[in-house]
Amino acid sequence: MESITVTFKLNGKTTAVAIEPLESLRTVLREHLHLHATKAGCGQGGCGSCTVLVNAEPVLSCLMLAALADGQEITTLEGIGTAQHMHPLQAAFFDRFAAQCGYCSPGMIMAAKALLDKNPHPTRAEIAEALAGNLCRCTGYVAILDAIEDVVTQMQEA
Amino acid sequence: MAKHYGRGIAAVNYPTGMNLGGDPTQALIFCQPTGGFSVKLASTDLGQGLKTVIAQIAAEALGVPFDSVIVDTGDTDSAPHCMGTFASRATHRVGNAVIMAANEARKALMDVAADEMEAAPEDLVLENGEIYVKGAPERKTNVFNVALAAHFKYGKTISGRGIYLKQKSSLDPETGACDPDSTEAHATTVAEVEVDDETGEVKVLRLASAYEVGRQINPEMVKGQIVSGAVMGMSHALMETVFPYYPALDHHTYSFGEYIIPTALDIPEIESVVLEYPSSNGPYGVKGVGEMTANSPIPAIVNAIYDAVGVWVTDLPVTPEKVLRALEEKALEAN
Ligand code: FES
Ligand code: FES
Repeated sequence: MESITVTFKLNGKTTAVAIEPLESLRTVLREHLHLHATKAGCGQGGCGSCTVLVNAEPVLSCLMLAALADGQEITTLEGIGTAQHMHPLQAAFFDRFAAQCGYCSPGMIMAAKALLDKNPHPTRAEIAEALAGNLCRCTGYVAILDAIEDVVTQMQEA
Repeated sequence: MAKHYGRGIAAVNYPTGMNLGGDPTQALIFCQPTGGFSVKLASTDLGQGLKTVIAQIAAEALGVPFDSVIVDTGDTDSAPHCMGTFASRATHRVGNAVIMAANEARKALMDVAADEMEAAPEDLVLENGEIYVKGAPERKTNVFNVALAAHFKYGKTISGRGIYLKQKSSLDPETGACDPDSTEAHATTVAEVEVDDETGEVKVLRLASAYEVGRQINPEMVKGQIVSGAVMGMSHALMETVFPYYPALDHHTYSFGEYIIPTALDIPEIESVVLEYPSSNGPYGVKGVGEMTANSPIPAIVNAIYDAVGVWVTDLPVTPEKVLRALEEKALEAN
């Protein structure tokens, strides 16, 4: 198949990339653009480890054709914080020991960010609901929910 | 048709390590000219935090800050042999090997420090990376300076080798006695469940556990293991199966669409207390607390189901279908 060019805003920067027409957004992010925070889990929409934001909505990037990202605004974990300047969610995951293997963490953080951007004061049940599509094999979720609740509290106090 | 509440209890004694044909693990430690220490291991961190606890143990045994220790794992070709990360053995085996290696490295460090400071090594104190003469704290240096001197002035290495071996233990043919593991950790879980006798669904309301795990090197990580083990145990008890009708292969689960594991919406209330009775042979008294955490929740939940509706479903996972069939059988027997 002929390759096509898609152009989107990625983590605030306009990015053009040549792709195969049927490649998923996840493949393009990881393999063409070498942004590896977005994880490759099941590739079937079942685990949430590939969650990114498309126009501020959480999207499973393994199920989205990269071609459909043309003209859209994409945010990955790399776009929200760095090791030196962590996003409050990243810092809270760190403080709460909310990762063991860490494979689910980028997807969890992106799903949580999508929630908090829309609803800064969610209840614990609302947080759990927002994360229900993100599987974690390691932590049992408690520390993850605690971490996100910490950020909610910080935002209330700020 | 109603929901029934039930409560069940179960306990586990869990071995740290296995007998095998002997169970060794090695470690190497060396100091860089920066005064930083590298710990070289073939053991793997699966996410449970081995690298963190080993850095803590190495820092403690060396007498240097946690931040100056790097734990390098992951290549079995270029690191000294380890039997592996399994059987809840890694903190115990690797920790012991690392203490042995750290003691040797520390001695090499203090010998160079003694030459540098013109003092006897036994008169020197090493604390958190600082070295001073006992009784004369103004005569001091630090690990960085000593490491530089070792490299560029004396041509000496500051390094250490360590190994821990659990000897193979054969069965005594007369008595049947054997020493299969190094130590044992213990736990008890109480499960509270709600069973719907119309749908057969089991909801775990609460898992409360007490754990005796020897000395905790990192209490937050121990808690992490206990909480996640509770959820994984619940998952084994109620959800996970590759072949739901084994030995028939029907309805083989292929993806997360059918192979169900808990989500953030499924977790019960989880409570735990930890007791520390240090082991005699673990590094600083540790015992393993990995695999055991998924054990006691399972029989506790099965027992709670019996308490709730009076049926024993001992074939895992306890699916709604199995509960309904057991209830039906019980009703038939009653008539
Ligand atoms: S990799 Fe996309 S949902 Fe699992
Ligand atoms: S930390 Fe391992 S999957 Fe969540």
